[in-house]
Amino acid sequence: MEILLAILVGILYTAGVYMILRRSIVKFIIGIIFLSNATNLLVFLASGVVSGKPVFVGEEPANASQMADPLPQALVLTAIVIGFGIVVFTLALKYKFFELTGTDDLDQLKKTDN
Amino acid sequence: MTITALPILIPFVLIIILIISRSLVFSKITSIVGSFGLLILSMIIFYKVNKLGFLVLNMAGWKSPYGITLVIDFMSSLMLMVSSVIVFAIAIYAYRSLNEEKQVTKFYVFFFSLIMGVNGAFITGDVFNLYVWFEVMLISSFVLITFGKSKEQLEGGIKYLALNLLGSLFFLAGLGLLYGKTGTLNMAHLADILRNDHQAILMNTSAILFFIAFGIKAAVFPLFFWLPASYHTANITISSLFAGLLTKVGVYAFIRFFTLFFVHDQAFWHQFLLIIAGFTMIIGGMSASVHYDTRKILSYHIISQIGYMIMGLGIYTPLAIAGAIFFTIHNMIAKTNTFIVAGLIYKLKGSFYLKDVGGIIKQNPVLAILFVIPAFALAGVPPISGFFAKFILIKASIDDSHFVIAIIAVLTALLTLYSMIKIWNEAFLKKQPDNEFSGQNTSLSFLDMLPSIILGTISILMGIFAFKVFDFTMQAADQLIEGTSYINNVLNR
Repeated sequence: MEILLAILVGILYTAGVYMILRRSIVKFIIGIIFLSNATNLLVFLASGVVSGKPVFVGEEPANASQMADPLPQALVLTAIVIGFGIVVFTLALKYKFFELTGTDDLDQLKKTDN
Repeated sequence: MTITALPILIPFVLIIILIISRSLVFSKITSIVGSFGLLILSMIIFYKVNKLGFLVLNMAGWKSPYGITLVIDFMSSLMLMVSSVIVFAIAIYAYRSLNEEKQVTKFYVFFFSLIMGVNGAFITGDVFNLYVWFEVMLISSFVLITFGKSKEQLEGGIKYLALNLLGSLFFLAGLGLLYGKTGTLNMAHLADILRNDHQAILMNTSAILFFIAFGIKAAVFPLFFWLPASYHTANITISSLFAGLLTKVGVYAFIRFFTLFFVHDQAFWHQFLLIIAGFTMIIGGMSASVHYDTRKILSYHIISQIGYMIMGLGIYTPLAIAGAIFFTIHNMIAKTNTFIVAGLIYKLKGSFYLKDVGGIIKQNPVLAILFVIPAFALAGVPPISGFFAKFILIKASIDDSHFVIAIIAVLTALLTLYSMIKIWNEAFLKKQPDNEFSGQNTSLSFLDMLPSIILGTISILMGIFAFKVFDFTMQAADQLIEGTSYINNVLNR
């Protein structure tokens, strides 16, 4: 399970980095979504995966190490919600920018740099 | 200690009141009164911390390493107090500078949610909670920076948003790895584990992720490019708020993390931080000297001065940390003040571009004095706060025989002085050039200048009573480096 998840995290990070290096703003936002999901999975994975042993449900196992740790699940849930909010805001910002300038090209964004 | 949670609760209550409010005058008055209340509160907290050493609150009664803990120590209380002063000044400034009805009521809502995030970041004792407060702060700042919805602001907003989002992702990844390795996210508990750990070098993977995350927020050398690309696009009221508060929260997190629990592998980290600090100072200072837009010059100066704060952290003696904290609080006040003065110049002349304006010293001598105070404070001219901050840092670096960084610090101070003289010569001394801006003859009322007067007075007082301020920062630094009293107080031993 860990190996599979680790490979998935790797693939998501690769895809995310590839997408944020593209010129289109929409693709950039898709890249951000990939990266944020990869990070959520990484947090989940790093704190140990225990399958099929939820806490507070069913009979108690002999020792605590056989239970799943509820904290990283809570952390990831919070992070997912924050991620959603931010993606929605980014899309709205992109929409407004497109309305004003009619461009989706990151290379056109040079006016504020110097 | 319920008072510990009030710096978060008061802005929250104000947000609710301001969402309901339909009247512009009511919103403005509420925000001034509310921010004054925050200022008084932060003073009470400072007084209490001075007496007791620590204020600790376990949220919802969960015992410390398990629940979320709010901790106010010396450094947090100093930062809280200085940020409330800035908030109060900006609230008064906004009273005159923002006028379109629909905009302003919305501005105040996000103004206070930003402050809620900043205060939360200063007082939390939990790493994940810090992440949440960073996000609260970020989302409000996204809204504020794109406030006018002009083409330029949206473009600046996209750049600001893109890099800061990546920063948050690094933060989250670092936090996850840290939890995987230690099984806790309570700062005191982390310190307790990591300070006694002999394999602490394994923490470097998390520490470098946190370095990148806070580096982006604080705008240190290779990660600062979002700042000069976006700060000058926003409304000047919002820029002055950001200049004073946002990057300094990153610096605060740096100092907190790298004194409390990332204290392993010091040979590498301190060297690394010093190199970063040197580049940050020199590149920020040099980039500022080629620009002629006041806001651009000041934005690059934010970066160069972040370098001094990181330099104090890199030297890592109690004196150097005290210097870094002194520099941070001095810089928050002086930087906000220079942006406010830039806004006043704009109001007077109608342009931020130095080539367009001139002759202000004849037109409005009071404004000239108001500019000189923060400019001298930033450059480090003796009677004002900046001199003592730089003096402590440079003395600490020479005491610890880091001569290269001391030389860079002095050179950067000269570069700062050069840019300030440039603004002085162009905007104040030289004659008004003949162009479309020469006809502008708006006058400034006392209320326009009041925030700048408040902040300027504080800068001067911090210079005159530097020994007092230094005592406080020294206590804060001792508390940070020693660490055990923090751990014992939070974990209730």
